[in-house]
Amino acid sequence: MSLWEFANPARFMRISGAALPWVAGLAAVILPAGLAWGFFLTPDDYRQGSTVKIIFVHVPAAMMAINIYGMIVVASLIWLIRRHHVSALAARAAAPIGATMTVIALLTGALWGQPMWGTAWAWDPRLTSFFILFLFYVGYIALWAAIEDPDKAADLTSVLAMVGSVFAVLSRYAVNFWSQGLHQGATLSIDRDQNIDPVFWLPLLACIAGFFLLFLALLLVGTRTEIRARRARALQLAMAG
Amino acid sequence: MGLVVEDLVLSRGGRRVIAGLSLALAEGEALILRGPNGAGKSTLLRGIAGLTPPDSGRVLLTVDGRPAEIGEHLAWAGHLDAVKPQLTVAENLGFWAGFEGADPAAAMAALGLGAIADRPAASCSAGQRRRLGLARLMLARRALWLLDEPTVSLDAASVARVTAMVADHLARGGMAVVATHVELDLPRARRLGLTPAAGAGGAADPFLAGDYA
Amino acid sequence: MRPALALLLRDLRLALRAGGGAGLGLAFFLTCVLLMPLGIGPDLAMLSRIAPGLLWVAALLAALLSLDRLFQADLEDGTLEVLAVSALPLEAVAAVKALAHWLTTGLPLVLAAPVLGLTLGLPAQAQPWLVASLAAGTPALSFIGAVGAGLTVGVRRGGLLLSVMVLPLYLPSLIFGARTVALAAQELDPARAFLLLGAITVLSLGIGPFAAAAALRINLR
Repeated sequence: MSLWEFANPARFMRISGAALPWVAGLAAVILPAGLAWGFFLTPDDYRQGSTVKIIFVHVPAAMMAINIYGMIVVASLIWLIRRHHVSALAARAAAPIGATMTVIALLTGALWGQPMWGTAWAWDPRLTSFFILFLFYVGYIALWAAIEDPDKAADLTSVLAMVGSVFAVLSRYAVNFWSQGLHQGATLSIDRDQNIDPVFWLPLLACIAGFFLLFLALLLVGTRTEIRARRARALQLAMAG
Repeated sequence: MGLVVEDLVLSRGGRRVIAGLSLALAEGEALILRGPNGAGKSTLLRGIAGLTPPDSGRVLLTVDGRPAEIGEHLAWAGHLDAVKPQLTVAENLGFWAGFEGADPAAAMAALGLGAIADRPAASCSAGQRRRLGLARLMLARRALWLLDEPTVSLDAASVARVTAMVADHLARGGMAVVATHVELDLPRARRLGLTPAAGAGGAADPFLAGDYA
Repeated sequence: MRPALALLLRDLRLALRAGGGAGLGLAFFLTCVLLMPLGIGPDLAMLSRIAPGLLWVAALLAALLSLDRLFQADLEDGTLEVLAVSALPLEAVAAVKALAHWLTTGLPLVLAAPVLGLTLGLPAQAQPWLVASLAAGTPALSFIGAVGAGLTVGVRRGGLLLSVMVLPLYLPSLIFGARTVALAAQELDPARAFLLLGAITVLSLGIGPFAAAAALRINLR
């Protein structure tokens, strides 16, 4: 079976309907388990105390926030090139999830920053980049919402996603440049990759897997909802004659 | 020179309006599209012009026996006049003349616009604006004219002027596809009656297939 | 070239006619800059410190002001349809109209900037860099803006949507533009920021017309 079989709405509904309980069930097991492992079964950091445990939410949410935008770009490209409706609707369904992940990353970042920096918000390059990413999501979602014709909306949002991806990457580098200028070298950034003790690694991986499964389950639900809404519209049009 | 449309399928807003249309047009010929509102006359014109991409089928223009880019041989007059109300009649036509690298004088005369040349387009009547929009067709020597209801809001004298203009274009070996509700007295004109495609309405939509709810 | 020139001249003429709003972008820019001392206080030392960012943010907002009408008027009266089936590629149409937008909104800001820099106490050595950064940076605002205008051309009251979509795309230009001026004001070397600003503009000139034309084609279907 080719991957493109999923592009047929009816077939996608059948396959995703069968897969959804498993994905959702797996997410319901792995995510709480990973979070519990991270929160209760790891030692406090000698410098950061128990605050460090917020990485078990912050890091997976941040990773998803970025990767979901990437997924939207890929899905948009597939729609533009191969005209697979499910692809466009998956991109649409992914956007609110990605925006929510971005907000979670921002909020947990602020919660972490409070004891670390003594202030909830600092114009740290990484936090600022996530703020910008959130704005990209908002623009994308707003464009989907503004256009009546579903295929036209899919086309236009795809163009926006393409152009947006270029400028999102540019913004990331621009923000780095900007922060260097602001406080020379004195970095307050939340460096997730540096010096993570091995005891944190496994539960972190579990949380990342849990977040990914959660995203997948939500994406399936969202895409199925979009397909149903689209079908309802098509039926309405067909009945109107 | 000729226009060939093969098995053209066109949709508008997710609804199929032209289901498998084929036609051919030769030098000096005109095709008159007739049919009630919603029959797909405008959609067909937009499909031929390439504004609305076809679901399937193709539009082929040949010039000197070779396939040609349709955009370079096309003059378009849709149901909007492409007239800027801020500019005078002469300025409006002057812009298109500059755009096409043509002299606007002949077009001005052919549609009787000389008397209102310096009037702002905003103060022109609907019929005068229509004539101004149609005058644009004469500026460039384009092989294929696509006209959508060219006679709307025109008086009898102006309809005669426009008919003469199209007839002259055909006599020079041009082609025209005209959607209209009134009779146009054109030589070598064929008529194509379009009807609202019964039941074909939603056939374009892949979301109708299958039995999921 | 001839059709492009005709279109450019027509757009400039329309902008200068009553209701064209050519001067409005500049007036808005001036007002924005005036609001700042009134809101913040007349402390010139403070104002001179924030002047680079302030002038660049005001430039961004002024560029947005007339963007929503960039293609909309031509869509509504049928001109865009005619242009789309003309011999001039739609990409060229988008580029020419973006250029006209820059000439009527960006260029006046470049010319007015030195005066405003002076009133905000911008150090003398930063003045040329202010002009240079606006000259090199504001074309990107028009060309990226054209993409947003093309995307929202069919949306009634699309102005707010356009702003929400386009402003995030402006951020790299804002950052490098404002840094250029700020570094010059601190007597540091602004060359790198300036070159990056120019690179963003070159990229926008390359991407903008194609993305805008793609969006217009979709909206004309």
